[in-house]
Amino acid sequence: MTPAIELRATRRAFGSVVALDSVSLTIAPGEFFALLGPSGSGKTTCLRLIAGFDQPDSGAILLDGEDVTNTPPFARNVNTVFQDYALFPHMTVAENVAYGLRVRGIAAPERAQRAAAMLDLVRLGEFGARRPHQLSGGQRQRVALARALINQPKVLLLDEPLGALDLKLREEMQLELKGLQQRLGITFVFVTHDQGEALSMADRVAVFSQGRIEQLDTPRELYNRPQTVFVAGFVGSANVVGREAAQILTGRDRAFAIRPELIDLLAAGEPAADGYVQCAGEVVDVLYHGASSRLRVKVDERTTLAVARSESGDGGDLVVATGARVRLAWRPEHAVPLQD
Amino acid sequence: MRSEQLRRPAWERPSLFTRVMAAAGLVFLHAPVWVITLYAFTTEDRTYQFPPPGLTLHWFEVAFARDDIWQSMRLSLLVASAATLLAIILGTLAAFALARRTFSGKESITLLFVLPIALPGILTGLALLAGMRTIGLEPGFWTIVAGHATFCLVIVYNNVVARLRRVPPSWVEASMDLGARGHQTFRYVLLPQIATALLAGGMLAFALSFDEIIVTLFTAGHQRTLPIWFYSELFRPRERPVTNVVAVVVILVTLVPILLAYYLTRPDERGSE
Repeated sequence: MTPAIELRATRRAFGSVVALDSVSLTIAPGEFFALLGPSGSGKTTCLRLIAGFDQPDSGAILLDGEDVTNTPPFARNVNTVFQDYALFPHMTVAENVAYGLRVRGIAAPERAQRAAAMLDLVRLGEFGARRPHQLSGGQRQRVALARALINQPKVLLLDEPLGALDLKLREEMQLELKGLQQRLGITFVFVTHDQGEALSMADRVAVFSQGRIEQLDTPRELYNRPQTVFVAGFVGSANVVGREAAQILTGRDRAFAIRPELIDLLAAGEPAADGYVQCAGEVVDVLYHGASSRLRVKVDERTTLAVARSESGDGGDLVVATGARVRLAWRPEHAVPLQD
Repeated sequence: MRSEQLRRPAWERPSLFTRVMAAAGLVFLHAPVWVITLYAFTTEDRTYQFPPPGLTLHWFEVAFARDDIWQSMRLSLLVASAATLLAIILGTLAAFALARRTFSGKESITLLFVLPIALPGILTGLALLAGMRTIGLEPGFWTIVAGHATFCLVIVYNNVVARLRRVPPSWVEASMDLGARGHQTFRYVLLPQIATALLAGGMLAFALSFDEIIVTLFTAGHQRTLPIWFYSELFRPRERPVTNVVAVVVILVTLVPILLAYYLTRPDERGSE
């Protein structure tokens, strides 16, 4: 099957800053794909190269098997939802949505009809005559979505689509975007710095750091099997133990990640079961979360591990308070080895 | 908003002295204009005797009958229109080139564009005259237009550049993304944004050109624009009220576009900016 998007050894530098360092990437048709990373990691540059707002210094970009490296944005079958929505303030909502048809020379009656249908799709049927500034943030977001979809692109690009929304709206829009993507069956590529958003919406996630892809995997694999120290630290809430600390704890010179809920908490003198990795430490603080609590345990000068402890049932008689001496233990196979 | 403004506490209100001085300043600026207006109606044609011995519309009749006034008026309007049109085209082009892109030498080019407004008119005029002589250009209508365009361009450029800087780059990208060619993005997205800036800049440029005298003196041949007509009238004190009549007309002609420009560039509450 021809990939919807393909990047071949794409490189882009701004002066001496390498924004994207020889990135290769293949996105399948119909995939919901996330570009995840902190700011400056190259994820937005990657999106802008796919949209055509920027050109790579070297490498190639293919859309649906066709080399579009030198194709201007207006000739690419790709549309974008901008972070600031970029709605035109001097046009009504309906005119904004119909803009893509207008510049393609489609007659006014058909434009109006299709724009109305698009607005219905995003549940803004009655808002066509309003101006963008008369809408709420969430509504503007949906107008931007309708406007980007009216040209029936094969690929929809979304730049931090939920960044400007408040928490409740963000959760709603997550479901809405996911539902829309499944109904339309087109490829969605979205940029985010929020790992929760990437994990909950995407089929696959590319984690960017310093212009490179650190890991490209399904959300489940990314969460359970991070490959590098960076990914383990950025995705999920695992403890990342660096090489030196790992040497002391396990005797092996290899960084690893261990999730808080997989660490057992034992009383100071209590021996762990056979084969467990174990160590002693001192409780730094305890945060009570209702169903569980979260402790931070200092095991040596430089290493503090987070431990999740269920508040229901097992091991309930162990009293843990700040300053208490405890033992920690985990099964060696639960520790995920990492590359630096 | 303004009507809901609360009464300010006593210590924030201006003192009587401040108010008197402000009023005096305004009177100083505007009284001469009223003097000219008043003496356009006087029956005395030689001195500024106060109060005027009588009022008459006679001088309007005299002024309207004089051919030289009409010719100068017509020339001034034509020059101002041509200079403004030229400035709108070139100023907009310059603004688009310099508003967002960065390239080496950009700062110097920006300075070169803005310099003519800061340069004394006498230098601009002298330089233009010397330049015209060098290439053997005969002074005439178009040399006046070119001279005026040097500073009109700055007005349009400044207005448009300020407006373009407030247009987020994502609007242009969104337009391209949706399939618009360059000219469509200009027509549908950018032009509506800069339209009022163009109108305001154009009107200011028009008003500036209309009463320009120094550059005109150097670049005109035998033509007399309205300001030059005024200037030469000073040496012929006969029928002085006629000069005042023309001045009143000029005030009205320049006031209208300036007021319009002021209203058009007010910040817009509706958020269409």
